[in-house]
Amino acid sequence: MVNITIDKEKHDVEAGITVMQACEHVGIEIPRFCYHERLSIAGNCRMCLVDIERSPKPVASCAMPVAEGMVINTNTPDVHKMRKGVMEFLLINHPLDCPICDQGGECDLQDQAMGFGWDRSRYHENKRAVKDKDFGPLIKTTMTRCIHCTRCVRFATEIAGVPELGATGRGENTEIGTYIEKAISSELSGNMIDLCPVGALTNAPYAFHARSWELKKTESIDVMDALGSNIRVDARGPEVMRILPRLNDEVNEEWISDKTRFACDGLRRQRLDRPYVRKNGKLKEASWDSAFTTIAHFAQELKGDQIGAIAGDLADCESMTALKDLMTAMGTNNIDCRQDGAKLDSGIRASYLFNSTTPGIDRASAMLLIGANTRFDVPVLNARIRKRWTRGSCEIGYIGQQADLTYPVTHLGDGPAALKTLLNGRGPFAKVMRTAERPMIIIGSDAITRPDGAAVLALARQVAVKYEVVTSDWNGFNVLQRAASRVGGLDLGFVPGRGGLDVAGILSGAVDGSIKMVYLLGADEVDTTKFGNAFIIYQGHHGDAGAQRADVILPGAAYTEKNATYVNIDGRVQLTRLAVYPPGDAREDWTIIRALSEFTKHTLPYDNLRQLRARMVQLNSNFLNVDQAVPALWQDFGTEGHIKDTPFESKINNYYMTDPISRASETMAHCTEVFLRGEDRKTPANG
Amino acid sequence: MGFIEKNTRAILLIELAAGMALTLKYFFRRKVTVNYPYEKGPLSPRFRGEHALRRYPNGEERCIACKLCEAICPAQAIVIEAQPRDDGSRRTTRYDIDMTKCIYCGYCEEACPVDAIVEGPNFEFATETREELMYDKDKLLANGDQWETEIAERLRLNSPFR
Repeated sequence: MVNITIDKEKHDVEAGITVMQACEHVGIEIPRFCYHERLSIAGNCRMCLVDIERSPKPVASCAMPVAEGMVINTNTPDVHKMRKGVMEFLLINHPLDCPICDQGGECDLQDQAMGFGWDRSRYHENKRAVKDKDFGPLIKTTMTRCIHCTRCVRFATEIAGVPELGATGRGENTEIGTYIEKAISSELSGNMIDLCPVGALTNAPYAFHARSWELKKTESIDVMDALGSNIRVDARGPEVMRILPRLNDEVNEEWISDKTRFACDGLRRQRLDRPYVRKNGKLKEASWDSAFTTIAHFAQELKGDQIGAIAGDLADCESMTALKDLMTAMGTNNIDCRQDGAKLDSGIRASYLFNSTTPGIDRASAMLLIGANTRFDVPVLNARIRKRWTRGSCEIGYIGQQADLTYPVTHLGDGPAALKTLLNGRGPFAKVMRTAERPMIIIGSDAITRPDGAAVLALARQVAVKYEVVTSDWNGFNVLQRAASRVGGLDLGFVPGRGGLDVAGILSGAVDGSIKMVYLLGADEVDTTKFGNAFIIYQGHHGDAGAQRADVILPGAAYTEKNATYVNIDGRVQLTRLAVYPPGDAREDWTIIRALSEFTKHTLPYDNLRQLRARMVQLNSNFLNVDQAVPALWQDFGTEGHIKDTPFESKINNYYMTDPISRASETMAHCTEVFLRGEDRKTPANG
Repeated sequence: MGFIEKNTRAILLIELAAGMALTLKYFFRRKVTVNYPYEKGPLSPRFRGEHALRRYPNGEERCIACKLCEAICPAQAIVIEAQPRDDGSRRTTRYDIDMTKCIYCGYCEEACPVDAIVEGPNFEFATETREELMYDKDKLLANGDQWETEIAERLRLNSPFR
């Protein structure tokens, strides 16, 4: 601790922090543009100047460490004059185009110019003009507005791990840009928009569509990947206009992936807004009553085991609970939430959770990624792994197909053979794992969705045991899920009961006729061409693969349109909030199942969300712990068996389109064109 | 007033005569009424009448869809929707004013950074139906084209005071 004086008040602050952080601790805000807590210190905007006694010049507080006996003044006429001077310099070349700037209303420069600016200019020369850069289909650039804080450059280099941005030239001729004209190839690029303190980088698909003051802000949870990033949904009227991250150090820090941020235009397209019933081979619009009657009529002639249910990747826990109860009441055990065929059991929580939890990554001292392409599975988590790697003394091993994860990895092999080598204590990585204090294993979907997935999981567990990955205060065994609904589904036991069929079983049963009716709860990733002649009920929000094959379509609500529960990879129970109402006749998903249960004469015993959530707690008491990651008990799991030595194949071939929402999104289609097919066609916003 | 004086004034009709004299005086004074609609009273350059959207001399519409008028409107009479135009510039796709909601406070005019929305000198826009008072962008631009000369002159006269 050091003693310092800030504005004539004595304070004890931690040694080693900067003057700005010390001021922040005691509640004094220092204006800044280039400084950001999660980025390195640049010290080039000069807005944070303070006066330190016995220092000949004003000092940039963001870069100055505190020292014993320092006397800091932040509120003297001198300091105000410095800030006014810096602001005047910043505004020399900044265009006065706030009225047409999308940052207007939420702009740091605008806010601080209100505090430190002058209402006229002494500058009569021409303003600097800079050619706009092409940063790809997601980021719109207006480089004349840039004040060269280099936050974007530092973000790309440090957090995203794609050193494609930089500042060229000096003084007035400084320009930020990609050295060669190309789109920024990062799955986190959208965060630069939030970081930019002015309107130089703005959200391209959202360009000019709304003003920040028109938007209704709702705090919610993302479902585009399994991390459950905390988001803020900004809606105007019935439309979701944009999605922004919320701060949560336990989950996403303050980043979100591009799919999370930009796929929201998919919520406006391809929506199912009324029930449909297939008549004479064609889907016809129907009323809720007739849709339910059709289902009930068909179901009453079936025996329980002729019915199956599959929950999709975006299904919420409420609807899965209701569907599970309905299926049980109808006498079937053929339910499954693992539409990718992951060999995970619902009994033992430690076998499907990210046990170290996401913040635990910061404490790991060695990592082994098994069939987990974290960059595309969960980009924000990948940034966290990268952050751990940049802090040093953390080697990362990788088993799977060659991939650029934005940090160097020791590639140990393509398939399970490498894992076996490691189990036998051979290979270059064995020593690393042995000597690491807190080793971590991350096993990805590519490894456990194989037919021999259960055996691979068991093998990984053996490796974990051999290298003492799990100790009394550290559980480094992690399963990386890909779907937002998966952990919730496994927590609720939405898996085949005794004698029940899993997804593969339901599919083959549908083909050979033993399964006559399948209920798809937003399941679009199963092969819908292989349902034979079965009667398909599709409940979901988008007209995707499942809806095309369906005999009855029940329109549900997307994640922004319902109060629902999701469980993230850490086992953290998080709640989404209704930001806009579902379109047309669509309803919250659990209410649809509840209504259907009356028609099939198996009325479910809950009438409101509270009763339903009480039922969820009955199924798994973990649902009581909202916003907490409760550690799971380390037990025996996995079934040993024969493992085929084929490489772990990545099932994501297009990161930008993995679910019904992103497949319906125009922005994601642009990204696919630019980043996957290399066609650099410009979006309308880029002119 | 005594009993005698009061009765004398009543009998001699003095109040009546005084009143008639005042009436006669105004009979010879200049008239204050005008023969509307053939004659009209003077209007201040700050008079706030019917709205109009102006254009630049080259025909480009001034409005840049900043939505400040929509934000400041106390009656919430203005509705704007914006999108990038084909050339990438920021333009409105919809600019509606509900003239039945408008309270003619002139805040929109004051908020406008480009003098696009103005309240012109026209106050004769009564309609037979309410629907006709829901002004859209075309109507407002047409107003602007029709009244541009007057509007420009009014802005010039008022400019020293802004």
